[in-house]
Amino acid sequence: MAEYQNIFTRVQIRAPAYPGVVLPRGAWVRQGRGGFSHLLGRFGDAQIGPVYLGTTGLLSLLCGFIAFEIIGLNMFASVHWNPVQFVRQLPWLALEPPAPANGLHFPRLQDGGWWLMAGFFLTSSVLLWWFRMYKRARALNMGTHVSWAFLSAIWLMLVLGIIRPVLMGSFGEAVPFGIFPHLDWTAAFSIRYGNLFYNPFHCLSIAFLYGSTLLFAMHGGTILAVSRLGGDRELEQIVDRGTAAERAALFWRWTMGFNATMESIHRWAWWFAVLCPLVGGIGILLTGTVVDNWYLWAVKHHVAPMYPHVFPPVIDPASLPGALK
Amino acid sequence: MNRLNRSMLCVAGFSALWLTGCERPSPETIQGGYRGLGMEQLVNKRIDAVKAARNEVPAAIPAAPADGPLASSVYQNIQVLKDLNVAQFTRVMVAITQWVAPPDQSCNYCHGANMASDERYTKVVSRRMLQMVRHINSDWKDHVGATGVTCYTCHRGNAVPQNVWFTNPGESSTSGLIAGNAGKNKPSAAVGLTGLPYDPFTMYLLGDKNIRVVSTTALPDGDRSSIKQTDATYALMIHMSESLGVNCTYCHNTRSFAAWDSSTPKRTTAWYGIRLARDLNNDYLTPLTSKFPEHRLGVLGDVAKVNCATCHQGVFKPLYGVSMAKDYPELQGEMNRTKTAAEAPPPTAALESR
Repeated sequence: MAEYQNIFTRVQIRAPAYPGVVLPRGAWVRQGRGGFSHLLGRFGDAQIGPVYLGTTGLLSLLCGFIAFEIIGLNMFASVHWNPVQFVRQLPWLALEPPAPANGLHFPRLQDGGWWLMAGFFLTSSVLLWWFRMYKRARALNMGTHVSWAFLSAIWLMLVLGIIRPVLMGSFGEAVPFGIFPHLDWTAAFSIRYGNLFYNPFHCLSIAFLYGSTLLFAMHGGTILAVSRLGGDRELEQIVDRGTAAERAALFWRWTMGFNATMESIHRWAWWFAVLCPLVGGIGILLTGTVVDNWYLWAVKHHVAPMYPHVFPPVIDPASLPGALK
Repeated sequence: MNRLNRSMLCVAGFSALWLTGCERPSPETIQGGYRGLGMEQLVNKRIDAVKAARNEVPAAIPAAPADGPLASSVYQNIQVLKDLNVAQFTRVMVAITQWVAPPDQSCNYCHGANMASDERYTKVVSRRMLQMVRHINSDWKDHVGATGVTCYTCHRGNAVPQNVWFTNPGESSTSGLIAGNAGKNKPSAAVGLTGLPYDPFTMYLLGDKNIRVVSTTALPDGDRSSIKQTDATYALMIHMSESLGVNCTYCHNTRSFAAWDSSTPKRTTAWYGIRLARDLNNDYLTPLTSKFPEHRLGVLGDVAKVNCATCHQGVFKPLYGVSMAKDYPELQGEMNRTKTAAEAPPPTAALESR
């Protein structure tokens, strides 16, 4: 088992391809018999397929394709259908939501209607994919943990794209579809609402984001480190603790005084990942609806520290008598 | 050393180079505000050396004697520089020739055979530009301070300053059912190659749209400023940052862009700078539109206008704060024959007596 000690995957299982458990019933069957790829086996399981698409999967891909085409073709048109410019300018291009003055009306296609349609199909695609994920887990008699974690990410997406804009009364509040433009939107959003870093839910979201990476590194590192002692059989060791589990636990008690268990570490990881977009979405939802300037909110509640002045007092020139506009 | 070690050393070396941020030499950091607040300016000596070479100040023309007959009593059709004597007047003409006129055309760029004639549009424009320089130096001390400006501040030897702007109408071809780009999402040099709105100038430096989009109350109280408006404000700020070669913290404590009490005094200077550019574009440049030939105008037939880059040209103070204007009292405002430039009459008087 020394191979497990390497930080790169060195073990590839080769056996007749496993077609999966028998499906209860349904209109669709799994496609293909499954094959092997050595290269992919270096990163994950070498077995590829059989695949199962299903009605929800097919509809999801169809909706996703429509959204992708609406966004992509509008971007392509914005560079006069010039393929070279399309590639060069791609990071800057975007499909914009309607102007703020439009409110919540359905605008003409060229004035944001395409954006609404793209959003509708993208949302449909993601929700259908969520449903497919839920149903596939059920079909395999698994728990549905993964689909609920996915729903947490969908929540954040819907808050940004539709729930908050509707509460604000303007589709123009939503995020453009584009690489740089959606990042500019993020910066502008923080600026408009007085610095999102003072939003406590943003703080929590960051803590769960960074916490997730930390937990991931701690857990992955721990299991690899005890795999020579049988730690790779971590699921068995949840109920039947072996020396690997004992040593891993002792290691963390020695280094930080407390340890997760073979079972609870997975709950830690799941909750951190789920809470990251969940609280993030709450923070976005409160912005502009409940709090309009997070910095001033933090000053009001004595969260933002005050620093000594190093410059002579600076007064807003617009507040001076007889000031220019 | 075996091969593995050598390759690992190579990887480590390249990673270290990459992590320094792909900038050579590593920039120095200068602290601006209270410690720990990140109110810092980055200095790259290599780039600064290039900028310094581009911003060398030409030697001043020897001062003119204060006595002698007025130029207006000797030359015809003098409308603006009536207060100068012949020597001072000639000195200004020589300076303009050096600073503005193309070398191969010299005086002929503005003057025909009859020096007094207004047949060339360049002369008509120059006359208004001289009024503009005096206006800036006497009425806009809130922005230019005692440093002042001369023709060279913008022109730098070019007939048309290198950094001017025209209203950018965007692309008309995205018509029909195709989505418009909302005046943004193009890699535009005007806003530092970001995808932000590419013409914040028409909004803020010609028009006076509200730049302030950050709410002044902790809880919602009727401020409906949108994210798209914020994008436009952001674009103007990126333009200022690029034009001055500084980052946001030159003026702002970025934890609250809006708060004046935690901003630096430079923000006040910049505030007046925005109003200065707006004033010049509306009162001096736009009225000249009909004077210019078509090839000098923008696609919408509008005149070349000024923004922060027109004077600053990548430097926090134009020409690194060297005052050329102090050597040219002729450009400071109306010359009073019994007083020195430092005791020039109040600005409003100079304006009205024009």
